Amino acid sequence: MSADFLYGIEVILNGLMAGVLYALVALGFVLIFKASGIFNYAQGVMALFAALTLVGIMEGQVPFSHIINAIFGTKIHHFGWHVPALLAIFLTLCVMVAFAWAVQKFVFRHLVGQEPIILFMATIGLAYFLEGMGDLMWGSDIKTLKVGLPQGGSRWIEDMTSGLGGNDFYGFFIDKLDMVATVVAAILVMSLIAFAQYSKQGRAMRAVADDHQAALSVGISLNFIWVLVWSLAGLVALVAGVMWGAKSGVQFSLSLIALKALPVLMLGGFTSIPGAIVGGLIIGVGEKLFEYTIGGMIGGATENWFAYVLALIFLVFRPQGLFGEKIIERV
Amino acid sequence: MFYREAGDFKTSYEADSQTFPIKFDRYRFWAMLAVAYLVIPFIINDYWANAILVPFLIYTIAAIGLNILTGYCGQVSLGTGGFMAVGAYAMYKLMTSFPDVSVVIHVILAGGITAVVGAAFGLPSLRIKGFYLAVATLAAQFFLVWLFNKVAWFYNYSASGQINAPERFVGGIAVTGPNTDAWAKYMICLVFVTVCAIIARNLTRGTMGRKWMAIRDMDIAAEIIGVNPLQAKLTAFAVSSFFIGISGALFFSVYLGAVEVGEAFGIQKSFLVLFMVIIGGLGSIFGSFAGAGFLVLLPVALKVIGVDLLGWPTDIVAHLQLVIIGALIMFFLIKEPHGLAQFWRIAKEKLRLWPFPY
Repeated sequence: MSADFLYGIEVILNGLMAGVLYALVALGFVLIFKASGIFNYAQGVMALFAALTLVGIMEGQVPFSHIINAIFGTKIHHFGWHVPALLAIFLTLCVMVAFAWAVQKFVFRHLVGQEPIILFMATIGLAYFLEGMGDLMWGSDIKTLKVGLPQGGSRWIEDMTSGLGGNDFYGFFIDKLDMVATVVAAILVMSLIAFAQYSKQGRAMRAVADDHQAALSVGISLNFIWVLVWSLAGLVALVAGVMWGAKSGVQFSLSLIALKALPVLMLGGFTSIPGAIVGGLIIGVGEKLFEYTIGGMIGGATENWFAYVLALIFLVFRPQGLFGEKIIERV
Repeated sequence: MFYREAGDFKTSYEADSQTFPIKFDRYRFWAMLAVAYLVIPFIINDYWANAILVPFLIYTIAAIGLNILTGYCGQVSLGTGGFMAVGAYAMYKLMTSFPDVSVVIHVILAGGITAVVGAAFGLPSLRIKGFYLAVATLAAQFFLVWLFNKVAWFYNYSASGQINAPERFVGGIAVTGPNTDAWAKYMICLVFVTVCAIIARNLTRGTMGRKWMAIRDMDIAAEIIGVNPLQAKLTAFAVSSFFIGISGALFFSVYLGAVEVGEAFGIQKSFLVLFMVIIGGLGSIFGSFAGAGFLVLLPVALKVIGVDLLGWPTDIVAHLQLVIIGALIMFFLIKEPHGLAQFWRIAKEKLRLWPFPY
């Protein structure tokens, strides 16, 4: 096997793993869109906020310390304790659930029945709010997330595969963190599907996704389901935030992963969980391969737009995405 | 009392179908124009021009453009920043390639070039609808910004990758470049805003505007009553991009003078203009003014209150600003999804009955 071919395979493998991370963010979008018809742009910022909160709790930071110091002239920064990772994750999850409840109670309950574009704009407002809030609470400096996830490339895989090619092939370079992320994402998706299929709340959730009014008429509380769905999206955001945060530090750019997830959604369809996964994988592999083969010729950094153009071309042939519900139009 | 149509008799069709059928509205309109043209240019200073008035006018043009596409034709677009960049770079290439031609013609040509690009990116809208289209227009946003970053021809191979507006004159008065007076910047933007607003207002109440609105309300039904969706959607994209291109050209040449594409025309700009349209009011030209004014004034006001009056550190104020803008947007959407224009309409209805509501 020639080295070029093997490097191609390596690119595909890395693309698949990047795709899993995209899919993880896209999943949060799909959950909320299915259950409430809200296109939640704030999903990326939720991931950032969750990661910031997690770091803040672990380090024992005082929330709003910067603003408190500015107003009262005090100098407090830390409580002086360190919270173990698992407990901190649990506490962060509680914060995300409280956030879900507040969003439902104060914003989207008042917007029921509005046009989708209005709801979408409200989530952009929410994204701004949450971004400012995260910075105010925990400060805007770049933080490192240490929850005990492995870092760096896997030596074992590199050694195992280095014999495959000729002399100029050094084996596959695969990030350990990406592998962990893949496993975690797979577990998360499977448990979400199991939850939706077999639990009572999951059934209610699917009923709401199917038809709001019918669900309401058989006694399902829309309010509760929406809080539940936003909490689940918060959980997904937390996982995505931990994975991306461990990879590149917890900072503002984390919220931009939402923009990475949008073409994934278009490709997979806004209403399909398997679509989010498959779309993520296609986009991940596609953009890495394109950058590897053609990107160098036309100036590089094609990853910013390639996914969008791919999704755009794809949509022209199938306007509802790969697995989306067929759009039936009536007058 | 003074705001009603009683006694204001129309004796011709022209008078009956004029833009402001109520006499008081007409007087108010002319009075506002008089203040804008005859008073403000003489009292304006650099701070007011650069911080408030010029960006307000330029964003108004962009908001009118996006309002035509989103408010009147119902096609949500997140590519505004990208199209503004097209206008800016077209302006730059025209200014440097044909230095003898007047900048006014350059601005209009830049709008025309953007219209062509916009119509090309509007083609998928025939197949793709709703949010799928909104996300698809992001393709335009990212692709165009990348293109202007990577292809050196667009910025004339300058080492910094920036584009700088050369000095140009209209009637012997500098309107671009570093030595421009505040009032000259203001006046050229004001002229373009006035013309654009009048064109847009008349387009939207004519045949074309009605076709757009039919498509917005339900495209299949519109097709059945004989509106050609291809023509309606593409004209909406083209006209909207024309205005957005003009605003991009002015934004670069008159307002900033030097532009780095990712910074000035990134995705944040797309959202900002969309916010202006929604907070101002979808499907309303007045709303474009109101929304642009609101979102230009808000950060300035917050900065004045936070930094200058309360003396807080700038980074806290910057974060608070995000929180407040986000909260205000949500508050507005909950209280009045039809935007500031709706408040204005309600106020006018009330005024017609005032002071005898029965």
